[in-house]
Amino acid sequence: MESWLTNADLQAIWLTVRLATTTTLILFLLGTPLAWWLAKSRAWWKQPIGAIVALPLVLPPTVIGFYLLVALGPHGAIGQLTQSLGLGTLPFTFWGLVVASVIYSLPFMVQPLQNAFEAIGERPLEVAATLRASPLDTFFSVAVPLALPGFVTAGILSFAHTVGEFGVVLMIGGNIPGVSRVASVQIYDYVEAMEYANAHRLAAVMLVFSFLVLLAMYLWRPGKRKGI
Amino acid sequence: MQDIAVTCQIDWPGFALDVDLRLPGRGVTALFGPSGSGKTTLLRCIAGLERPSRGRLLFKGQIWQDERTWLPTHRRPLGYVFQEASLFPHLSVLGNLHYGLKRSPGARPEGLERAIELLGIGHLLARQPDTLSGGERQRVAIARALAVGPQVLLMDEPLAALDLKRKQEILPYLERLHDELDIPLLYVSHAPDEVARLADHIVVLDAGRAVASGPLTETLARLDLPIRLGEDAGVVLEATIGAIDDEWHLARVDFAGGNLWTRDRGLPVGHRARIRVLARDVSLAVADPGPSSIQNRLDGIVDSLGDDEHPGLLLVRVQVGTSQLIARLTRRSAAQLGIATGRPVRVQVKSVALME
Repeated sequence: MESWLTNADLQAIWLTVRLATTTTLILFLLGTPLAWWLAKSRAWWKQPIGAIVALPLVLPPTVIGFYLLVALGPHGAIGQLTQSLGLGTLPFTFWGLVVASVIYSLPFMVQPLQNAFEAIGERPLEVAATLRASPLDTFFSVAVPLALPGFVTAGILSFAHTVGEFGVVLMIGGNIPGVSRVASVQIYDYVEAMEYANAHRLAAVMLVFSFLVLLAMYLWRPGKRKGI
Repeated sequence: MQDIAVTCQIDWPGFALDVDLRLPGRGVTALFGPSGSGKTTLLRCIAGLERPSRGRLLFKGQIWQDERTWLPTHRRPLGYVFQEASLFPHLSVLGNLHYGLKRSPGARPEGLERAIELLGIGHLLARQPDTLSGGERQRVAIARALAVGPQVLLMDEPLAALDLKRKQEILPYLERLHDELDIPLLYVSHAPDEVARLADHIVVLDAGRAVASGPLTETLARLDLPIRLGEDAGVVLEATIGAIDDEWHLARVDFAGGNLWTRDRGLPVGHRARIRVLARDVSLAVADPGPSSIQNRLDGIVDSLGDDEHPGLLLVRVQVGTSQLIARLTRRSAAQLGIATGRPVRVQVKSVALME
């Protein structure tokens, strides 16, 4: 492998994996309660919130990146906050990329989970209540196991979508080796520098990875048991 | 303090429920009525699955709901059986049975063992719910509800989703519950035969209101209600098998007021059973009608007359000993026979249904 991919490539791949893993874990923590609320709430502002969550699906990454850059920057609201907390500013750091990726991949976590929670329906939750389970207990002992395929889909999609991110990374992270130069940016650099052979190798790795992820998702269908 | 006092008002678009009832703290109470009458909603209010706009629920002295109190479902000591078994698909049969047991500090494992034995599901414990038949699933659901050691068992049309064969498979188990449980059972149904078989007390609901509430035999014998039962108007009597006629395969059932012969179902002499006599199977005569294929004949006195659904028909309640039967006649034949309150009549019973 090492003779095949350069150290810079490996560094970019490692950074990409680290970013996607961190982002996916954070998204599980944020997206699960949000998806549950969207699935169960009857509040009128549920639809506007749902639309905001879906915005990254249609907005150009540069638009998201631009607003984030402004908000996280030294004069932005969030930037002022992070500075006052002694954290400095987030743009052009790994954690700045994480914040951007969480927002960018949010719909890929929330929508499969919301669909899975809605598909459960009220009945199993009512049954659990008549069997003495509190709402929180019901969530973990009934809703999560029944929505497990949704969790797997949401996790894979969020991870893969973060790996495939490019525009937002360029806007908010720049192109700093080991900090923000992820695989997709690395490929862009190779092409800019006319190093097509290097670009080919890394692009092939990304292509195979993406295909395998999607293949795994199509093959993996738990809960679809046979019988009546 | 041993009964269940429930006041429940709900006002939804297109549906209103307004009841104020006292239900007995033991035996089987049927909540009976056509679909849309509010019987399931009432049961869900009692379980805390619906929150009435105004309600009060006193269960054997415990406040489940009043102006200040709202006990959520998971803190009410009840068992609930839904129309569809609704077993958790991610758990085995045993996992389903343990789900509630684990969460009920007061429930004892012996309770589960007894429920498994009562419902005959010992051989199914290792199976997954989706490998069970509809009847088996519903039996597991009933055992699961019993395993929590409930103080009341609520059942929402547990047989409605099953075909006739599965119903026949489960009914004996429900009868065992009726005989062996010492907790009250609230049973929602729109099927008169289930009610006749299982209930001790009946609440008749119509358009969100309770139009009658009382002991089963008395309530079914009321002439102002059979209209709602339509073709199934009739009475239920408590009886005992008095004799068996081996030659003709008949059994004599003795009830307070007389006896009737019916097909021998293999029940031993002395066995207690319910019989159901439908109004359409009862005819009246003023003199002895002579030889007839109808051999079940009783002497009675006309007690009262009531309207039937059709203007040409009449319901006549006849006192036979201490029991009452209802006959459906045409108004013309009633007029020609001079049927009136206090008139002695010969009662001919064409068919008797033995409920066990």
